Amino acid sequence: MREVAVVATAIHQVPALTDTTEVQLMVPLINAARDAVGLTQAEIGFTCSGSSDFLAGQAFSFVQTLDAVGAFPPISESHVEMDGAFALYEAWVKLQAGEIDTALVFSYGKSSPGSLRDVLALQLDPYFLAPLWPPADAVAAIQARLLLEAGKVSGEDLAEIAVRSQRNAVGNPNAVRFSPDMAVADVMAEVPVADPLRPSDLAAESDGGCAIVLAAGDRARQLCGRPAWIRGIDHRIDAHGLGTRDLTRAPSAELAASVACATADLAIESLDIAELHSPTTSQEAILVRELGLGAATEVNPSGGALAANTLMAAGLVRIAEAARRIIDDRADRALAHATSGPCLQQNLVCVMTGG
Amino acid sequence: MSGASEGEVRLPESLSGVEPVQSVRTPIRLEYDYRPSTSAESYLRAYGEKRIIGHRSPVDGAVFIPPRGVDPRHGVAISEEVDLPDTGHVGNFCVTHLPIPGRKGLEVPYVSAWIHLDGAAVGFLGLVRGCPSEEVRIGMQVRAVWKPDGELGTTAENILHWEPTGEPDVPFERAGNRSFHADREEETDA
Repeated sequence: MREVAVVATAIHQVPALTDTTEVQLMVPLINAARDAVGLTQAEIGFTCSGSSDFLAGQAFSFVQTLDAVGAFPPISESHVEMDGAFALYEAWVKLQAGEIDTALVFSYGKSSPGSLRDVLALQLDPYFLAPLWPPADAVAAIQARLLLEAGKVSGEDLAEIAVRSQRNAVGNPNAVRFSPDMAVADVMAEVPVADPLRPSDLAAESDGGCAIVLAAGDRARQLCGRPAWIRGIDHRIDAHGLGTRDLTRAPSAELAASVACATADLAIESLDIAELHSPTTSQEAILVRELGLGAATEVNPSGGALAANTLMAAGLVRIAEAARRIIDDRADRALAHATSGPCLQQNLVCVMTGG
Repeated sequence: MSGASEGEVRLPESLSGVEPVQSVRTPIRLEYDYRPSTSAESYLRAYGEKRIIGHRSPVDGAVFIPPRGVDPRHGVAISEEVDLPDTGHVGNFCVTHLPIPGRKGLEVPYVSAWIHLDGAAVGFLGLVRGCPSEEVRIGMQVRAVWKPDGELGTTAENILHWEPTGEPDVPFERAGNRSFHADREEETDA
């Protein structure tokens, strides 16, 4: 396997971008990521982005956002209608092929102009579920209810996850919800939004974007003093139909993590940090269990997606947050996770190390 | 349905004799509270005053219309607005002989043209009228025909169409997107 690393990251998340278009959001982010390693677009071998037309309300909206890249002279480019973490996977595969040494990955989501709960209903199957327009919170609450009824977690366990996220997010400029002193009792006193999920169990929605530069081998060493080497990356999918799955589990997350860790030749217990893309506290509880994370691993030091969930970017942000901690020498072994689809249907795991 | 041949749908016994579902309709509608950005808003508001606004690139001075807040060639933000005249030339065009369903007041054939305003590096779409369609040509100079002042809104629809000015044509090698590059080459030579 060719050595590939994250060498630069840029993130911006706010509660709502009212005056700024997606293009105007991405111009400074893309430039910040490239400038951090002194690369111009002409020196980037491949560019891959992730976004959704359902958020923009426009067909082929990603083509307009390419204006932010400066795609002239013409560039080699691709797009996925998925979280940017999956765009990063495509770029990683391209780097493995050996034709290029650098790649730019970016993704963004501006969900504030529309209704996210309706947009997310449309990812369900079009015959039986989508016509019912179930709110995303309600779908997640069904999963959380099963988890509680199965005795796998308690309401207090979920509240503890919420409290940890809000505490860790203090000082994170890209978190939109944080609190240094929120307590489990405060969360338990909240009125549920979709019983059993309370407001603090649900991710704080945000608008924003993320840009990452990848580089291979010696090019990465030239560009960055301490690259975050991707030692294992894998993504897997569970069945789409919610009724066909045991919703208290996420076998695709377990498989992706075990493959990524095996490729990295790392035991899951040896990880310093894990950035998990969990849109609800209940989904974080499932992921911690499926991945087999131990007590030595700090979960979501940034606050995670609960502190700011930018649809289409939250997974790539997890990779950026984990990579930053390696690049800055605050961590040596990091796991980043991204999810897509209803109730943790698709899962990507990226294991990175500093050495 | 016993005895169904290969390729046919086999239904369980409980559904035998039931009228098969031939199609399903699941209407989808999403609503957006859309704000087109500050640069697009300035552009649309200026139309209400019969002004046309472009964005000038800080890299090489190229003026883009409509203004999008970015130079797409360089991925650089633009904030400098410039007023453009309502005169220019036809950079390219197409004569259409089919009507647009539901659109009134548009007789066929009609001429869609890429209008290059004087001073702009790129063209934008407009309708050319005021001469027979076979007389429309690349390089033909045109000016905007605006709606009456009392009917102006904050919309590009304020320009009803573009009509010939009768001035000499812009030579082909300077027409359309070539105009910006031709100007720059002259500057470099000078």
